[in-house]
Amino acid sequence: MLAGGPALAQTTAEAELQRETVRLRINGRVHALDLDPRTTLLDALREHLGLTGSKKGCDQGQCGACTVLVNGQRINSCLAFAVMHEGDEITTIEGLATEGALHPMQAAFVRHDGLQCGYCTPGQICSAVALLDEHRAGWPSHATVDVATTPALTDAEIAERMSGNICRCAAYANIVAAIREVAEGEGA
Amino acid sequence: MRPFRYERARDVPSACTSAAHPGTRFIAGGTNLVDLMKLEIEAPAHLVDIGRLPLNGIDETAEGGLRIGARVTNTAVAVDLRVRRRYPLLSQAILAGASTQLRNKATTGGNLLQRTRCPYFYDTTKPCNKRVPRSGCAALEGINRMNAVLGVSDHCIAAHPSDMAVAMTALDARVETIAPDGSRRTIPIDALYRPPGDTPHIETVLEPGELIVSVLLPPPPPGRQVYRKVRDRASFAFALVSVAAIVELDGDRVRAARVAFGGISYKPWRSAEAEAALVGAPATRASFDAAGIAALRDARGHGHNDFKIPLARRTLRATLAAAASS
Repeated sequence: MLAGGPALAQTTAEAELQRETVRLRINGRVHALDLDPRTTLLDALREHLGLTGSKKGCDQGQCGACTVLVNGQRINSCLAFAVMHEGDEITTIEGLATEGALHPMQAAFVRHDGLQCGYCTPGQICSAVALLDEHRAGWPSHATVDVATTPALTDAEIAERMSGNICRCAAYANIVAAIREVAEGEGA
Repeated sequence: MRPFRYERARDVPSACTSAAHPGTRFIAGGTNLVDLMKLEIEAPAHLVDIGRLPLNGIDETAEGGLRIGARVTNTAVAVDLRVRRRYPLLSQAILAGASTQLRNKATTGGNLLQRTRCPYFYDTTKPCNKRVPRSGCAALEGINRMNAVLGVSDHCIAAHPSDMAVAMTALDARVETIAPDGSRRTIPIDALYRPPGDTPHIETVLEPGELIVSVLLPPPPPGRQVYRKVRDRASFAFALVSVAAIVELDGDRVRAARVAFGGISYKPWRSAEAEAALVGAPATRASFDAAGIAALRDARGHGHNDFKIPLARRTLRATLAAAASS
């Protein structure tokens, strides 16, 4: 944020008052970081660990480009202070492929052209991977007529469940197709 | 973002004691507070992270309801089978709000205490009595289509943005708190929020350091529960108007009804007027329209949001019709 001279000086002085050691388990590996508590999880990943797959889009929780999995659940890493995730298990787009083989969701996005510029894609894919877990767990969505039931994963359900990920190139139709294919492959 | 001192709370008493100091905020999910801190609309000197406190359960109560811990995520409430079967209104309302990513992080207590999304509260170049007391209200003469039409004042016309709280208001939820001196109290959710009057920066009746520990849902009332949200796009947008309705029929007549609106006031707006108009009335379109007229009788638009008054009436009619169908 823009700040005047005195405010900036104060900011710098006060920021030096506190550093926090944070241990994060990211893609199976434990990292210990010495952080200003203002550091978001997204900035810790990108600026401190070089994991630049997670993207900074809006930086206010509206676009979903920063989506990562924390203890298996998708969140906006731009709205999370890293220090609050001490000990948590974090999976980023870099952690989905195994031994050089694409994750099935990554492969499906490639097959279906689920992208154009690609900036939102890591967030889309992390989100889609979590979506399938959520559906397997029987979670309803806003598209579910009777929330007491477990709905079939229709295109309308996929679209609703992906509404936290914006694609300005509007590859939505192909993103839905990619997710549907992986879901059907798993017998969803 | 302004620097702050970070404290991970060990237990509830120490969290409340720390948070009683001026300039201190509790933080749980952070989905609203972190955003506001980036914009320096919120600039706490000290954050008390309650993310490890044991306020994370959904438990049956002796009276046949549920007690939802303050730290339970919006997702965990919405997908809980007991909530889905007994309080489908609450699941529907939560699932109508935000995105999965946000609901996975946002908590029950934080959702209740989230700040308004009035564009002038967010625009630090404009006056806002809620952000800077006594600076004025740019929304009164501004682009106010998202703003409130009921219960507000000439000092602030901000609307409360929650969906969850609208359902909880229709369900007669009670908010349980602990104060720094260890005292506990139970606040009906309708009494949690303070009318803006000439102090719109004071939004709730909570005292410094007082922590919401849980929300108590009484046993669900008889009748069909329906939440309907009207917004600018099909998903991931705040309500222009929303309605939570519970209708119990006795043959063709309404035996009991509960009505709460979202998007039209500083708080989830329970309408005793609509409920009184419905009880004993035939479950017909004419009755539902009469309830809407009663509910919005004191409503006042500010130009861009004039449409919310007829929209609220029509949304009520549609929601009541759905709740009255078998």
